[in-house]
Amino acid sequence: MLKRKFSAVLVLVLALAMAVVLVGCGGEKAAEEGAKKSGDELTGNITIAGSTSVQPLSEELAQKFMEKHPGVTIHVQGGGSSAGVKAALEGAADIGAASRNLKESEQGKGLVEHKIAIDGIAIVTNAENTGVDDLTVEQVRKIFAGEITNWKELGGDDAKINVVSREEGSGTRGAFTELVMEYKDENGEKHEAELVADAAIQSSNGAVRTTVANDKYSIGYLSLGYLDDSVRAFKIEGVEATAENIVAGEYKISRPFLYLTKGEPEGAVKEYIDWVFSSEAQDIVAEDYVRVDK
Amino acid sequence: MEKIRRNKWRDLLEKVIEKALLVSAVAAILVVLLISAFIFAQGWPVIQKYGLGHFLFNMEWKPLADPVRFGILPMIIGSFMVTLGAIILGVPLGVGCAVFLAEFAPRRVNKVVRPGIELLAGIPSVVYGFWGLVVIVPFIQQNLGGRGMSVLAASIVLAIMILPTVINISEDSIRAVPREYKEGSFALGATHWQTIKKVILPAARSGIITAIVLGMGRAIGETMAVILVAGNATVVPGSILDMVRTLTAHIAIEMGYAAGEHQQALFATGVVLFVVIMILNSMVLLIPRRAGDE
Repeated sequence: MLKRKFSAVLVLVLALAMAVVLVGCGGEKAAEEGAKKSGDELTGNITIAGSTSVQPLSEELAQKFMEKHPGVTIHVQGGGSSAGVKAALEGAADIGAASRNLKESEQGKGLVEHKIAIDGIAIVTNAENTGVDDLTVEQVRKIFAGEITNWKELGGDDAKINVVSREEGSGTRGAFTELVMEYKDENGEKHEAELVADAAIQSSNGAVRTTVANDKYSIGYLSLGYLDDSVRAFKIEGVEATAENIVAGEYKISRPFLYLTKGEPEGAVKEYIDWVFSSEAQDIVAEDYVRVDK
Repeated sequence: MEKIRRNKWRDLLEKVIEKALLVSAVAAILVVLLISAFIFAQGWPVIQKYGLGHFLFNMEWKPLADPVRFGILPMIIGSFMVTLGAIILGVPLGVGCAVFLAEFAPRRVNKVVRPGIELLAGIPSVVYGFWGLVVIVPFIQQNLGGRGMSVLAASIVLAIMILPTVINISEDSIRAVPREYKEGSFALGATHWQTIKKVILPAARSGIITAIVLGMGRAIGETMAVILVAGNATVVPGSILDMVRTLTAHIAIEMGYAAGEHQQALFATGVVLFVVIMILNSMVLLIPRRAGDE
């Protein structure tokens, strides 16, 4: 009998607990909204538009910033680097995002550049494959396009080159395609070399690194932050893949992530961009890119 | 008086619990329906736009090219090859182990082997994949040639992963064979092995087939372990030492960054996978429950 009563009580308590939790949730939300209106002095809307490569980083940064300042709403849109430059010039967006340096035609129109991060890509092979040390961007392209298929052709061992790439749509692959696979022929026409069909595809920087670390004659590419002793990075045209060389602009397979504003930023936009250079925000940057602490 | 009230309480409690259980059952069904509705709704527009034939009989997967090509035939063939390989390697081993456990193993051996199998079932699939990548893949590369990441590597990893399913269900069905069958066989002068081969295995056939079909379901559905060891090139493998990409791996690899039609095409891949697995599951229903039922 005692048992029966006990279970009846248990059911009641559970039901009550659920009710309290449900009501509690609603209450909290209302409280939060209240804080939005009064607690924080910083308010405003910021629109960031442009490079789809910068987009994931912008979204992550924006989310963190909005958590800190509930009064600010940041909209992050894509469109491409050129669209980002245009949007900033025309004032369609508060911040234009670009994953390349400004072209000559875009300079001198009053755009202020804020280099928020640098995207660098290391070309790596197995630590034991020491025959080749230095590659040109063209050689890298030919390897990944399947035109160079044996390490012998580069002065290494007589062994097939095993190419490892990333999946379609990955940001690292996008950057690699843009910086290495795209080229201009003698007439200045733009082409994009196609990835060799028997390239292994791995879905993360870590998986590419492990694959390369376990296959002596493989070659792959990694975001710079993922380099470690298990793989060996090639020098590209004589320059080692290090954060210093990338910041100095010496290392070729890299690109800047720019925030562009029409004139010096003000108000919430200024607060946001200043915060992006804080060590808190640069820690987020450093997860995938080269940090640029001021 | 006291007694009646107590019964009322009890009746009420019964009702509440009954309804609560009903809600749980409905919730399970509802979740299945919601998931299928969602997958079909997401995948349907792109199937409609390009035609089912474009997906099923096209060898090229170029989601970001112009014009786009969404052929998933290499992945369909890949899934079937890897699953077949896992069955060929895993089923004889699993059924053999089940016969040993049910017919030969002394209790002490059973006490060691059984927890071992349960442990096998509890290992996360990414651990299997990682083990495959650092052990199986280099082994195949050094001893059999090719890149190591291959149909064979994926089949071996999957064969091990389906062992617990195959062993447990087969063993149960072998133990369920009536004692009289076995005793009758012995009485006729058959040896133990003859009895197993001619009497016990045929009598347990339906259970063993169920085990194989469920093992196949597990193998087709497995994702993470396969991604790491299969190489994931979107080409039809020419031999078991070539790279392969399965349907599940295909979705998991590209979903992270896919947008627009690319993403819808991955949902369409999910629709294909869904249909394949539904066919497999309905095959289980067709198998007669017990020997002699047909």
